[in-house]
Amino acid sequence: MAKRLSIVVVEKDRDRALTIVDGLREAGDMDITVIGDEIGLARKIAARNPDLVLIDAGNPSRDALEELTLASAPLQRPVAMFVDESDGALTRAAIEAGVSAYVVAGLTANRIKPVLDAAIARFHLMQKMRVELAETRRALEERKVIDRAKGIVMRAKGIGEDEAYALMRKAAMDQGRKVADVAQALVTAAELLK
Amino acid sequence: MTVLMRLGYLPLVDAAPLIVAEAMGFAEEEGLALDLVAAPSWSALRDLLAAAQVDAAQMLAPVPVALALGLGGAARFEVLSVLNLNGNAVGVSQALASRMAGHDFALKDARAAGQALLRAAGPRLRIGVPFAFSMHRELVHYWLDGLGATPPTALEIVTVPPPLMPDALAAGEIDAFCVGEPRGSVAVERGAGVLLLPTSAIWAAAPEKVLAVREGWAEAQPELAGKLVRAVWRAGRWLGQAVNLSVASEILAAPGRLGVSAEIIERSLTGRLVISPAGDERVVPGFLRFHDGAAGFPWRSQAGWIGGRLAQRHGLDVATAQETAAGLFRSDLYRQYLGPTGADLPAASAKVEGSLGQPSPVASSRGRLILPADRFFDAQVFDPGILAR
Repeated sequence: MAKRLSIVVVEKDRDRALTIVDGLREAGDMDITVIGDEIGLARKIAARNPDLVLIDAGNPSRDALEELTLASAPLQRPVAMFVDESDGALTRAAIEAGVSAYVVAGLTANRIKPVLDAAIARFHLMQKMRVELAETRRALEERKVIDRAKGIVMRAKGIGEDEAYALMRKAAMDQGRKVADVAQALVTAAELLK
Repeated sequence: MTVLMRLGYLPLVDAAPLIVAEAMGFAEEEGLALDLVAAPSWSALRDLLAAAQVDAAQMLAPVPVALALGLGGAARFEVLSVLNLNGNAVGVSQALASRMAGHDFALKDARAAGQALLRAAGPRLRIGVPFAFSMHRELVHYWLDGLGATPPTALEIVTVPPPLMPDALAAGEIDAFCVGEPRGSVAVERGAGVLLLPTSAIWAAAPEKVLAVREGWAEAQPELAGKLVRAVWRAGRWLGQAVNLSVASEILAAPGRLGVSAEIIERSLTGRLVISPAGDERVVPGFLRFHDGAAGFPWRSQAGWIGGRLAQRHGLDVATAQETAAGLFRSDLYRQYLGPTGADLPAASAKVEGSLGQPSPVASSRGRLILPADRFFDAQVFDPGILAR
């Protein structure tokens, strides 16, 4: 039985870190450390000397990890970036999910794969949640703009709320645009004319 | 017919030729629709290009060279043009600056600035740079190694992502930094640091960012590559005219681009740097160059210099590394693509780097090319010798 894999997860956000750690635990028995504070990252990772480092591909701190791939790095064991080493399908899946992995040389693919599969699944899930959150926010913003535009039309023409909305919707349909876009144009124009 | 092309970049001032090529319609003139993809880090951008998620990318000049020497990954890139010369600055923490009270912070004399820095630093000096393979690192090494006698200071150069530089200074992880704009000016604005030296004072004409593609990509689609290089060259020419710089600042400050104000961006474009939180200003001619003096020409000798420096530090054969590196800067393709534009191209593809103390005329296709001064601070020259083919 090979020794337990030691893994460092670099993630500032506590909830995201927990999501990743939970996913990894399901994939097997591992020694997992989360590093949240990214100042002095390479030094902290070197001190842990892990077998594998997982980091969000969108994290600017990734560049600090590139030091670990150099022979002169503080880490004694050479590290490779995962995308260089492995089969194409897994690499593509990792890139799409937005996770980067740094693996020490000599780790066999069958030990890495379950970990990466688990990490990829979790990052996919988080990406989906992020997209949903962004959409909710956008919908909320649009509602606010539409309400402001409605108010402008109501005041300018002395009409009721429903009528104002109907006018905006007609303008949108005539121009082949979204109601939210017409509303935004109205708000912008009103700002200019203030 | 318009062809869609995906271009990767980092939100930095020297991404300007790519952003301007799109915004000012230079790409459109060539029939290109550019989809500009901002990357969160150099490693991410390298992977995006390697995995063909983008067609071409802004890249630190040493990255393609390092990769070809087997350092930092398995990808293989080529350089179609140089996006800019110079544009980085060394800054020090407020604490270190206060210990350099005798220094004038004139931003001119690399030797004086370096000696003042080493005196103030004491036994250990840690300098943050954006990436392991960057001109930032190469020039800081060249500068501090070249100050003559071995300093009593233990020099550590560490990678710190530029957005984290101010925090890393505050936390005492680093004492100084070398970064591109707008990061240096942002550090000054945040009260974290004082600018000490533009890298142009270390090497007056250092290649900084390049336009990189995957090995073989350009030759597989010469038409597309030609369109791209011409669009970027025209953008560089537009950026080379002082009258356009405030518009350029606004373009770079637009939502979704650099995320800092046009005022801060204009400082580096015009070379009028605010060096301290107190508002001291210094004018640095040639702080950042996009066009004049064939700035976009990918000189084989520039690549050779980078290859030689990397090889020395990583224990590789220097002559072989220089030769390998030189082949990556595709001055042959650059000539082919720009020939039809009437651009004034140098007759040679390699030069003795560091030999020009002042702007000097050289043989060129239209006979009017003047190369800018390209002096190293220590007056050394890099003679590419066998590379000059």
